Amino acid sequence: MVTGRSRAEQVVRVWLPVGFFLVVALFPFYWMAITSIKPNSELYNRQLMPLLIRNPTLKHYIDLLSQTHFLLWTWNTMLVAVTSTAISLVLGVMLAYPLARMRFAGAGLIAMTVAAIYLVPQPLLFIPLADLINRLDLGNTLTAVILTYPTMLVPFCAWLLLGYFKTVPMELEEAARIDGASRLQTMRRIFLPLCVPGFISAGIFAFTLSQNEFLYALIFLTKSAVRTVPVGVIAELIRGDVFYWGQLMAGALLGSIPVALIYSFFVEHYVAGLTSGSVKG
Amino acid sequence: MTIRSEPFAAVAALPRRSVSIGAWLDRQGVFSWLMMAVPLLFLAGFVGYPFVYGILLSLQDRPVAKAGHFIGLDNFIKDFHDPIFWRVAVNTFVYTGAATLLKMVGGLGLALAMNQDFRMKNLVRALLLLPFIVPTVLSTVAWLWMLDPAFSVVNRLLIGLGLPRPGPSWLGNPALAMFSIIMINTWRGLPFYGITLLAGLQTVPPELYEAATIDGAGGWQRFRYVTLPLLKPIILIVTLFSVIFTFADFQLVYVLTHGGPQNATQLFATYAFDIAMGAGQLGLGASVALTMLPALALLIVALTLYLRRT
Repeated sequence: MVTGRSRAEQVVRVWLPVGFFLVVALFPFYWMAITSIKPNSELYNRQLMPLLIRNPTLKHYIDLLSQTHFLLWTWNTMLVAVTSTAISLVLGVMLAYPLARMRFAGAGLIAMTVAAIYLVPQPLLFIPLADLINRLDLGNTLTAVILTYPTMLVPFCAWLLLGYFKTVPMELEEAARIDGASRLQTMRRIFLPLCVPGFISAGIFAFTLSQNEFLYALIFLTKSAVRTVPVGVIAELIRGDVFYWGQLMAGALLGSIPVALIYSFFVEHYVAGLTSGSVKG
Repeated sequence: MTIRSEPFAAVAALPRRSVSIGAWLDRQGVFSWLMMAVPLLFLAGFVGYPFVYGILLSLQDRPVAKAGHFIGLDNFIKDFHDPIFWRVAVNTFVYTGAATLLKMVGGLGLALAMNQDFRMKNLVRALLLLPFIVPTVLSTVAWLWMLDPAFSVVNRLLIGLGLPRPGPSWLGNPALAMFSIIMINTWRGLPFYGITLLAGLQTVPPELYEAATIDGAGGWQRFRYVTLPLLKPIILIVTLFSVIFTFADFQLVYVLTHGGPQNATQLFATYAFDIAMGAGQLGLGASVALTMLPALALLIVALTLYLRRT
């Protein structure tokens, strides 16, 4: 049914605007990638056409992995992200389940408090938190960030799961209750197994948020061995006024891959969470 | 309606003197509060306590690693006499306002462009969200390199298109630096607007458009009188979200300009960071961070109430 005219119209109406957004959105990643495999002789030669590459090299990647703690930073980032995501999912469920299913005095107040805490941005808290972490003697330990990331992630997971839990029908739980199951049994054996898609959504979000976190990691982790990727890249690949652009871009690209990979597997869950989390609450 | 089993449990438990622990634990209120105790204690310790402690800090002269002493509102008075503080306030409002407006308009454009039938739509949507999901600091470093004073690819492309050498100093000129951080914030946040609004657009029933068309509405009128009113709640929520997190932005400015040149891009968060972590004045830094509170509190309460209602 596609006629010549409607195909031309399709190009103008769809691909012109969509193409524009795509080029703008993706160009920085292209530039990251191409910079990371250009030899310095091409990177710092203004005579050459910058968008193309003549002699690709893996030198920047080899230097990054051999001369910096990048692999250690990646391990730290993963460890922190996985642990704080797990903690936040468990604590999030413990908040969201009663709020979604039980009637008790104070439920409305707690729900509002959780939502409000989710919206408190880090810059409001980082100075007192830095002092608190110092007094707990947790400076330069991964525990410092594993403990503080859930301050953002718990309310976030709770809020997203609360929305999800409300969409799960109650019949199975009611049947279990009539059969004599306790509330805890009903929740663990009957209800939670039904909510796996909700956990995936919340988990991916929490994981990407912890990979993205910068301020707390910057303040609490000042030794190279305990740094996460974002802080390590900023603090150690930018040495004074000297920029190692090839290594920086290699690090930025490698550091983005875990998130991008997980996201590509669960993009539908991600979009569902994105829209339900903010739209439906 | 649903049948609840509590009345039966209550009746069964009534005649006995000692209610068994199991039955007590099964009461809704007891179960709920026990379940919520751990997360609530955690939040009280790591959000509630620092919040109150931050307020106390802001009322102290408290150099790092030394005991503080109470000085009342002196820190705030100092802030209000500090010309940089006012510069920071103006910067933050300009940054938030301009970036939010651009993201809203651009996001709506993106949503409308995406709300058509075409091949590979899911792939395109996934790719468009990349700026939003990649760790901010890492993509911002790419922008730092793209705007490098000597080797800016943006400038080299612009020069290729005929702009005079050496091209603008994107992060070195005060006005351009503000422009640049606004654009980069928009680049990162626009997909969030776009995809969320797209989800909203897809819930608009097609019959409404048909009805409007039959009534003689043109494209613009359909948008103005059908699409926009239905999208309004979503636009409002996304905007409030975005305003809160743009207002308190830190990472982007820290990486690109450190607040420079001459504090032209200094925001509340970066200024508070400089004072507290750079100069070691925890009390004064806390007071700068806390001046964000009235505006933020207003936004947070508004959004919380709105989310609660819907």
